[in-house]
Amino acid sequence: MKPLRRMAAILLRQFYLIRGSPARLLPLFVWAAVDIVLWGFITRYLQTIAPSGFNFTPALLGAVLFWDFFTRVMFGVTTTFLEDVWSRNFLNLFATPLSIWEYLSGLVLSSIATSTVGLVVMLALAMIAFGLSFFVYGLALIPFLLVLFLFGIALGVFAVGAVLRYGPAAEWFVWPIPAVLSPFAAVFYPLSTLPGWMQHVSHLLPPSYVFESMRTILAGGPVSWPGLLWSISLAVLYILLAGWFFARIYHRAIRTGLIARYSAETLS
Amino acid sequence: MALDSRPVQEPSIPKVLSVTDLHKTYGQTVAVDGVSFEVGRNQIVGLLGPNGAGKTTIINMILGVLKPTAGTIRVEGLDIARHRRQTLERTNFAAVYTPLPGNLTVYQNLRFFGMLYGVNDPSQRITELLAQFDIERFRHTKCGVLSSGEQTRAGLAKALLNRPHLLLLDEPTASLDPAAAMDIRQRICEFAAQEAVGVLWTSHNMYEVEKVCDRVLFLSHGKTLLEGNPKTLPREYGKQTLEELFIAVAREPLTLGGPVA
Repeated sequence: MKPLRRMAAILLRQFYLIRGSPARLLPLFVWAAVDIVLWGFITRYLQTIAPSGFNFTPALLGAVLFWDFFTRVMFGVTTTFLEDVWSRNFLNLFATPLSIWEYLSGLVLSSIATSTVGLVVMLALAMIAFGLSFFVYGLALIPFLLVLFLFGIALGVFAVGAVLRYGPAAEWFVWPIPAVLSPFAAVFYPLSTLPGWMQHVSHLLPPSYVFESMRTILAGGPVSWPGLLWSISLAVLYILLAGWFFARIYHRAIRTGLIARYSAETLS
Repeated sequence: MALDSRPVQEPSIPKVLSVTDLHKTYGQTVAVDGVSFEVGRNQIVGLLGPNGAGKTTIINMILGVLKPTAGTIRVEGLDIARHRRQTLERTNFAAVYTPLPGNLTVYQNLRFFGMLYGVNDPSQRITELLAQFDIERFRHTKCGVLSSGEQTRAGLAKALLNRPHLLLLDEPTASLDPAAAMDIRQRICEFAAQEAVGVLWTSHNMYEVEKVCDRVLFLSHGKTLLEGNPKTLPREYGKQTLEELFIAVAREPLTLGGPVA
């Protein structure tokens, strides 16, 4: 029970912070909502000028929604960690019985809560305002969300490990990660559009399987279940690697004293 | 506050804290060099020394946020390297340089840390501590807007949340006026006496050290230079006051010599 309570403490702390701060509450859904509105109208415009009857709504707006969900999951992990950076709370936090695995699980719990808020708002807007129906993806919707969730967690944990290693200024490193990955993840275009070397990178990114499958389904093709299973396995592998990376960075910080003097950024 | 009336420690009961041959080096720099000491139940031990002597480094190692290069640290017989969770469940600390997060209220902070320390019935415990440190009126005030003295009280409330067996206090009264410092000292000593706690206390205020500590260790350049009763130690080394002894240790540790016969 105690490990669960310690994980729940991280979630509760985030709840306290969000409840008392519009600056934390609004970003949970405002940027996602802006994206849906922007791409909703772009989709509507493309629908009017497209020569054939191709339905852009699930292909483009759906892709935006999925990618935003992945981004919210990743930022859910990193933002919860950054709260401890911003409030210089490492010494108080890591001198408690909290283990790093409980801490990481607390970050994930917090991310589930915050990304769910964003997902619900995006779904509501996309369905009500722009007529996006998720039934078109069928049962594949479940692995789509699962892959994006798992990969978001993996990247979030990797990013917080990097910030822990390089100090508070490394926060800049966190925010552009989704933008850097998006061309390789083939969010808006088929993988075959990319040059060979980029396709090799894409095959290592679980979201690329989601977006390829999504387009295949919309084109009337069959779902590639082995491909989705592979992407889930890949995402789980990345979570394990990210956890291992964070643990290494944490133990290094304990050895060098960085946890106790984190604002110094480096002790070398 | 002299705590002479505290019961004598049973030899069979493990010490609250046992530090044995502790070393910490950063590359070529030696921060802690073979320090050993014990803290018993009902005992307040002062860790003294000039800035950079290694006091905070030792406290960080006891808290498990800094790995020793060599040596062992045991809390009630448990090695912190192998039993981190169990030892930290019975340990807590307050330090002037580690205030509670300013963006949470006093209650929210205590609730959060109460859950991390596995406190049973945290609401009841928080109410007790808010009353004990006279900060009930700040229950729903963000810690960041409290005065230094109020923040110190909130930090001490956090430090006592889990009724620690070992309490580490790193300059707990450093930012307080004399009246507030006296009040805080009194409250800590009351808690230590009631709960049979072992306390490790660092301070640069020698008046305070003499008042509260049963025993002191003088550190210089990471080594224990002197150890003894703060009331008798100055005379043993031919000094009038503890402050005079401190200055001698800080300025010329090598010329201090042995005890005066």
